[in-house]
Amino acid sequence: MADRNFIPIGPFHPLLEEPEFFKFYVDGETVVDAEVRVGYNHRGVEKLAEGKTYDQATFLVERICGICSTSHPFAYVQAAEDVSGIVVPERALFIRSIIGDLERIHSHLLWVGLAAHFIGYNTVFMWAWKYREPVLDVFEMISGNRNHYGMFKVGGVRRDINDAQIPSLLKAIDEIEGFCSMLVKAVMDDPVIKARTKGIGILKKQDAIDIGVVGPVARASGIINDVRKDFPYAAYDRVQFERVVLPDGDVFSRMAVRLLETIESTKIIRQCLKQMPKGPIDAEVREIGIGEGIGQHEAPRGEVIHYVRSNGSNYPERHKIRAPSFMNVPSFKKTVIGQSIADAALITAAVDPCYCCTERMAVLDRETNKVLLNGDELVRLCQEKTEKMRNK
Amino acid sequence: MTDSLKLIFGYLIFPGLIFSAMVGMIACWIDRKVTARLQYRKGPPWYQPLADILKLLGKEMIVPEGVSNAVFLAAPLFGLSAAALVALILWQGNLDRSAGFIGDLIAALYLLTIPSLAMIIGGSSSRNPLSALGASREMKLILAYELPFTIAVFTIVVKAGSIMIGGVASHTAVLSVSGLIAFLVALLAAQAKMGFVPFDIAEAEQEIMAGPLLEYSGPGLALFKLTKDILFFVLPLFLITLFLGGIEVTTVAGIILAVLKYALILVLMVLIKNTNPRLKIDQAVRFFWGPVTLLAIAGFIFAVIGW
Repeated sequence: MADRNFIPIGPFHPLLEEPEFFKFYVDGETVVDAEVRVGYNHRGVEKLAEGKTYDQATFLVERICGICSTSHPFAYVQAAEDVSGIVVPERALFIRSIIGDLERIHSHLLWVGLAAHFIGYNTVFMWAWKYREPVLDVFEMISGNRNHYGMFKVGGVRRDINDAQIPSLLKAIDEIEGFCSMLVKAVMDDPVIKARTKGIGILKKQDAIDIGVVGPVARASGIINDVRKDFPYAAYDRVQFERVVLPDGDVFSRMAVRLLETIESTKIIRQCLKQMPKGPIDAEVREIGIGEGIGQHEAPRGEVIHYVRSNGSNYPERHKIRAPSFMNVPSFKKTVIGQSIADAALITAAVDPCYCCTERMAVLDRETNKVLLNGDELVRLCQEKTEKMRNK
Repeated sequence: MTDSLKLIFGYLIFPGLIFSAMVGMIACWIDRKVTARLQYRKGPPWYQPLADILKLLGKEMIVPEGVSNAVFLAAPLFGLSAAALVALILWQGNLDRSAGFIGDLIAALYLLTIPSLAMIIGGSSSRNPLSALGASREMKLILAYELPFTIAVFTIVVKAGSIMIGGVASHTAVLSVSGLIAFLVALLAAQAKMGFVPFDIAEAEQEIMAGPLLEYSGPGLALFKLTKDILFFVLPLFLITLFLGGIEVTTVAGIILAVLKYALILVLMVLIKNTNPRLKIDQAVRFFWGPVTLLAIAGFIFAVIGW
């Protein structure tokens, strides 16, 4: 292993927005093996959450990810509500769906821009990001913030969408849909983009199932998988939309899935705005009962799951988070081997990884570099702790 | 004595180093400004390319550990001196059509390759795997584009019946079928020589972080940038000389025409640059050795039969 040549991508590299280390073992320009190292950014969010009240933890989990900042609170509040079966007012459910899918649009556009940047197509990069701006403006109009919206709370949402805002919202959505359709045409018909992405980094359907990838990566490999349809939550069972599923599993399909999903999202938002009933936006939850709860949300990158265990106090006793990138990143083992460096860089980016959500840790002895506690053992410790709490 | 002084002046100031660097910087600014406007950005002020180079010249230069100082530091100078020399040869060939020497076109062709070679030498000497990868890509790229480029140049030699810069400059080759084909081929090769998208494979900052330039800092990097700026003047001038009938600066109309020709090439280059993603090295080699070389050969045959 030691005498093989490798190309380091990271820990700090223009390709990666976050510290992360890919080691591509190469023969010439062909990747023969790959390793990934995470853990540069571990923040111990799960442990932090145990020291926060349920309301505070909503803000904490919002800061897990900067791009899909609503995904985590979305799943988290559902987990907390699941503990004691809190019924959320109808209007709040619609507002949640609107926020969730607006975020999907901006996150996908951001990825398309980055992907274009990675293949050196800076014009598409800048255009995609320009068209993402109106989405952020819409967020600012609704929530006052462009990125961390602070819209969610256990039992409802924090801010209402006024009737006065709806016409300008609809207009903005039309505009965004126009941009997205234009971008779909421009990107998917471009012969050079096709040459760079078609047939590259193929993740076969069976491999995708074995690894357990989620979200757009799974849908681009022909797996029909979308939490919004499979386990409907918020207002997603009351609107019509299609799951975009493509069979090829290459980078082009992943790009196509994401681009086409932005258009589906505009449809969802428009329907939500039309069907939204009048009424309260908050169930005014006073306490969370005793028990366990699970919340799922189809984040832009795939299914995010939050688990909350409550002992009846103000603080979650245990809070477990599984972000989609944790499932998607390992797929690079199947996709980059045999490809060239130029493609490998693009392929690792094509799962739209969000590393700070994926961070895990291991305990090392610094002197000998020996692993004292690896992932499996940490999981075992967790299970033992849960067992202890159950028996208490 | 005055002759040699004149030569030194020509090499260092006008139309060599300083003049061509200035024109190149203006071209570089136009490129950056137009690119920015295309991408809904504001773009830099007009003196930005100059400011970049002055700033770099004032910075510390770090030579990586265990690297041969001589090779590492000579590489950028090597490229810069060749680029300035070719500016002088082209300019004089254009202004005094009978000056030149037999085969100065071939000398220019050789000298135009040297900046790329300097990149390869600098990249390989810097002991960084990414630089080495960039250098090997640059090498493959040279192999790829030099073949059609040379064929295109010799198409014009056949067409004009002269192997001197002054001779080909008096001939507006682009107006014939073979000349037009050769022009398109040479334009693509010039794009690759400049290291512009879609052929910025050797630098590919998102993959190999600027490749050969990765370990360069301060004045060394400044010299590479300056070489690139000069090439931005020299390569369009080379294309104008070969295909668009050269330039004439003794009359006002001649100057306007020269600027227009230069602008045309600049626009084409910036347009190609901004409407394409980067190719992979194998795709680029296949592209140049396949369709482009075939096109170049077709152009050559047309030139021989007199089209």
